[in-house]
Amino acid sequence: MSQDTNKLTDGLVDEIAQAEDAVSEAVDTAEAAADDAGKALTEASAEAAEDIKVAVEEAEDAVEDAASDVIPEEEDDPFTAAKKSAFAAAKKNPAKENKKKRRAKNLEKGNAVAGFLFILPFVIGFLLFLCYPLGMSVYMTLNKVSATAGEGLKFSWLGFWNKSSNFYWIFRVDKDYIEALVEELKRMLLFVPGILVFSFFMASLLNQEFRGRTVVRAIYFLPVILSAGVFLGVESNNQLLASISDSMKEENGAAVITQTLEKVLLSGETGNTFFQYVIDIVGQVYDIAMASGIQIIIFLSGLQTIPPSMYEAAKMEGCTGWESFWKITFPLISSMILVNVVYTMIDFFTRTDSRLMTVIDNTLLIRFEYGKVAAMSWVYFLIIAAFLGLVFLIFSRRVYYYD
Amino acid sequence: MTRAERRKAFWERNRKSGGYLLRKKIGKVLYSLGRAILVFGLCFLILQPLIQKVALSLMSDSDLYDRSVVLIPRHFSTQAFENAWRQFRGSNPTPWYTFWDSFKLSVAVGLFQTLSCTLVGYGFARFKFPLKKFFFGCVILMLIVPPSTIITPLYLYFQNFDIFGIIGAIRGDGKGLNMLGSATPYLMMCATCAGYKAGLYIYMMRQHFRNEPKELEEAAYVDGCGRLRTFFQILLPGARPMMVSCFLFAFVWNWSDQVYMKVFFPTYKWSLVSTKLLGAASTFDGENIAKYGASYHTPEATLNQLNAAAVLIALAPLLIIYVVAQKSFVESISQSGIKG
Repeated sequence: MSQDTNKLTDGLVDEIAQAEDAVSEAVDTAEAAADDAGKALTEASAEAAEDIKVAVEEAEDAVEDAASDVIPEEEDDPFTAAKKSAFAAAKKNPAKENKKKRRAKNLEKGNAVAGFLFILPFVIGFLLFLCYPLGMSVYMTLNKVSATAGEGLKFSWLGFWNKSSNFYWIFRVDKDYIEALVEELKRMLLFVPGILVFSFFMASLLNQEFRGRTVVRAIYFLPVILSAGVFLGVESNNQLLASISDSMKEENGAAVITQTLEKVLLSGETGNTFFQYVIDIVGQVYDIAMASGIQIIIFLSGLQTIPPSMYEAAKMEGCTGWESFWKITFPLISSMILVNVVYTMIDFFTRTDSRLMTVIDNTLLIRFEYGKVAAMSWVYFLIIAAFLGLVFLIFSRRVYYYD
Repeated sequence: MTRAERRKAFWERNRKSGGYLLRKKIGKVLYSLGRAILVFGLCFLILQPLIQKVALSLMSDSDLYDRSVVLIPRHFSTQAFENAWRQFRGSNPTPWYTFWDSFKLSVAVGLFQTLSCTLVGYGFARFKFPLKKFFFGCVILMLIVPPSTIITPLYLYFQNFDIFGIIGAIRGDGKGLNMLGSATPYLMMCATCAGYKAGLYIYMMRQHFRNEPKELEEAAYVDGCGRLRTFFQILLPGARPMMVSCFLFAFVWNWSDQVYMKVFFPTYKWSLVSTKLLGAASTFDGENIAKYGASYHTPEATLNQLNAAAVLIALAPLLIIYVVAQKSFVESISQSGIKG
């Protein structure tokens, strides 16, 4: 019996193999015919091609018929399954395929686990030392928090918006905070474009060949150290330096020239606000230079990745320097612009020597109003996040990636 | 060819070109002259406060009020440096201890931050896992949270430190540990990537690992190397320069950090360079009051001179490090800028 079935399956497999041969032959001829048809389309009339197509279809139909003839249709045969699987096996190897898939899936899973383990320190730190304090400070914004000696902090619920709540206080009662906030945002609008233009200008200067380039580069990166943390705090209340530079200006008359220029420019009828803006930026060039160390280096690295052959080709085609700046440099450096805008904004918002931070510090250290401080910080933080999101939305669509 | 010959040849060529060569040469020279002036001026802009501080701190009292003395003191005096140096002493026997403490702390913070951020940066750069984008968003969030938002809650948190009530249960009274005044809380934060500017270091390391060729790891995997071993044996050696710069940044920024230092290392218990620098003027004032009586006011000019000297003293180690390792500061940033 088993021999019989074996013979039967063997015979079937043979038949199937034959049928497959026939199929592949037919397909070959059909393909050849189709090729011919393609040629014919260009050479002969469309009618002839149509005929050939019909012929091909007929041939394919015939082949299918032949194949189905080869497989006997015995539904209740106990060996149908075996035959079918044999037929399938002749086509491809499903078991092997499954194994491969499973292995790939295991690899993926392992990768996911490994990746998660690698970032685990961050996840722990994020949950314990950022999420928890953030949540706590949200809770503090809605409470009156008072410190009592030996007891720690006491919370009493105030709510989000009523006469005694913290948010009501900072928006309606306290003038200092809103004023400082608006001033800070205005300064940001002045500062970020100023830093971008300045650092791009410096980067393109440093991108040229001249003696002592590395020294100049090192000097420009120095503010990253000089203006960090506590040094800036000590600097900002150094009044003698300010008075010295004032007296220097008086003696040299340098200030007089700039002031006259300012007057001349501002006396024009049009573009007053624009000139005022430019003059404001120029007036703060020292602060801008001190804040643009990292940005210069980022732009410089971007400029150095642009292949010089591009500029050569553009020059050959008759591009002027102006055109090649807007058509080559600007698009290729656009991703750096995004990075720099985001970095500058973060750097600007999180620095500790602004007037806003002074207001917040005073509320904390003089009035001991923990709840109000938390509310102030949160409003500030949400505004930062909104600004960053906006900038990211506007810029990220326009950024061009070379590769 | 001698110089005279070359000059002759130049004029010959200039005559043939109808004066074009000369005009071009003049333009070039003028351009580089203008550039040199600009670059020098801008360098001066950066260095001016440092120069000013050096000058100011070396002046004697009479020079401070002499308007004709601007940059070079007429009578040199190291009195300001001596006064400033004394202010760093704090509760230590000598000011050197303060610098040594700050140094140890900054090295520890730098090491913890570098190691943890390298691991995390590698995880973000090379593996696919669910919620990856969300977690990277968290890194960005960490960067933009102003320290003032979380500093008070952090203080309270470590005053009564407890993870899900575990420590309270062990101690039996339901109360957590008071960890303030020791270095442990801040080091814990650094080891879990929650320290000062950790988001930036994660970003830098991620950028580095992303630029590394993938074939390196694939070859290691094919040869039967596990993921951990691949990381430690194949990728870490290549990441050493980037880790060094991460460490240097962490060191420098921790050395001059005042936000976290003020909270975790209160001045009555710890004497660190940054917190001592911040209070230098007021401690000097206190010294003078103790010497001359309560009605004595230290002149503003003297206080500013003291501040300048103190900043120079605190800055000196950083400047030395910067001069020695300038390259790894600058190049890490230029590497991490590539590909946004």
